[in-house]
Amino acid sequence: MNHSAYASLLGLGCAAIVLCAVVTLWRRSLRAIVRALAVQGVALALVALTLGLHGHNRGLEIVAVLVFVAKGVVVPTLITRVVRHDVASRETQPLVNVPASLVAAGVLIFLAFSASRSVSVLASSASGRLIPYGMAAMLIGFFALATRRKAVSQIVGLLLVDNGIALVAFLATAGVPLIVELGASLDVLLIVVVLQVLATQMRLRLGSLDLDQLAELHD
Amino acid sequence: MNTLLHTMGVAGASGLQVVLTGAGGLVLLGLMRKVRARLEGRVGAPILQPLRDVRKLMRKERLRPEFATWIFPLAPVILVATVGVAAVMTPLVTSRPALSSGADLFVVVYLLLLGSTIIALAGLDAGTAFGGMGSSRALTIGALAEPALLVTILALSISAHSSNFPVIIRATIVDPGVIISPARLFALAALLIVIVAECGRLPVDNPATHLELTMIHEAMILEYAGPDLALVTLGEAMRLALLLGVFVNLIVPWGIASSTSIAAIVLGMVVLCAKVATVACALSFAEVFMAKLRLFRLPELLAGAFVLALLGVVSGVVAK
Repeated sequence: MNHSAYASLLGLGCAAIVLCAVVTLWRRSLRAIVRALAVQGVALALVALTLGLHGHNRGLEIVAVLVFVAKGVVVPTLITRVVRHDVASRETQPLVNVPASLVAAGVLIFLAFSASRSVSVLASSASGRLIPYGMAAMLIGFFALATRRKAVSQIVGLLLVDNGIALVAFLATAGVPLIVELGASLDVLLIVVVLQVLATQMRLRLGSLDLDQLAELHD
Repeated sequence: MNTLLHTMGVAGASGLQVVLTGAGGLVLLGLMRKVRARLEGRVGAPILQPLRDVRKLMRKERLRPEFATWIFPLAPVILVATVGVAAVMTPLVTSRPALSSGADLFVVVYLLLLGSTIIALAGLDAGTAFGGMGSSRALTIGALAEPALLVTILALSISAHSSNFPVIIRATIVDPGVIISPARLFALAALLIVIVAECGRLPVDNPATHLELTMIHEAMILEYAGPDLALVTLGEAMRLALLLGVFVNLIVPWGIASSTSIAAIVLGMVVLCAKVATVACALSFAEVFMAKLRLFRLPELLAGAFVLALLGVVSGVVAK
């Protein structure tokens, strides 16, 4: 793989990851949000694969395949199953409305890029300069966690944070050890399984997935 | 002698651009309606129908509202004139159009916005309820689209170190790798949303509707008739053609004439027509599957365009 193709592929992958994070704030339909998450997982796998192929790093290539299976296929499928049973599968009333959260996302992107400027200046490689994208995805994930009300969109926020951290790890250190990556992936899987159990329980008891209903005690 | 020939070539190419946006814009409207009709299972009007409509309207009697001021008759002229000037200096057929040193993207965009604003004023001028409603909505959309547009221009000009449009196009031809850089892709996505909003296409406004409560653009020009309406239609068609031409030349700049030889200009014209027709058909195809957004949802769409443009700027700066 020549250098310019490597750099532009890496740049496109990182841009796609941030774009998917923005889309999760933009769209209201939970299905669309989960689809954006799946695309983000695939883009993350692509970034890992590109880095692995370029650096001839066999471990990173295996991690890329794992990321693709876990974050691109399994986790989105599991969440989609939760969404499918929900009648009102829309983020109807987020705490911050959509235009305001998009503007907030813009501010967060700026924040991420200015905060990690010193880090990316240190890293002279093509991958190091892309670290701000990972930070941006992470911050947008935190924002989604803080302002969304549905259980599903909160879990998507958490996964955005996770993907952002993973992206920064790939770009900064050319991949964490395989065992650490496996641990993190399993963690995420476990969280999603817990979500599914929680969602099933909530639907049985309350008839909806709105987390505000958990604020007070029910009989 | 050589400089005279060169000047004549440049002027000829720019004149051709104006004619092309005028006649081509109307044909483009017909083409987009035809594609939509065919996809909906109708035969649809002939592609040349908008041209015939304009010719028919030109021959009709001049009717103007009783209490309208001088703005009302002047607005269509200003619309066509501003789009015409923008068409002279935008690199559509040739990458070295006349007045190209002044063809800053900001100038081109604000010339186009001047036309939209004067039509909104004319909508208010007639003093009818629908005109006022249409103008207020159109100006709201314009005001929401403007920040996105400004930031988009900034994102486009980072890689070329200049906001001069011909310079951006020429830099793109020299280094085509820019086109698939994240900065350019984000900027183009934002630009597409802004173009859709400015031209009143779906999902922002339904160009085919005459339902009082939902129409935006049609409501503004409801009082126009005869030759005035012909000018407004022509101006709007020219604006659509120009904006789509700008858009395609930023994605695929190849084929644009870089010299003033007749062969190069003819080739540039054919390639431009093919590119714009392709994009127009794609847009029309996508519109079939879209419903008009509720007016109160439009800020979401345009705020999204703003964030995309912002991402374009930030990734452009990072790539440096």
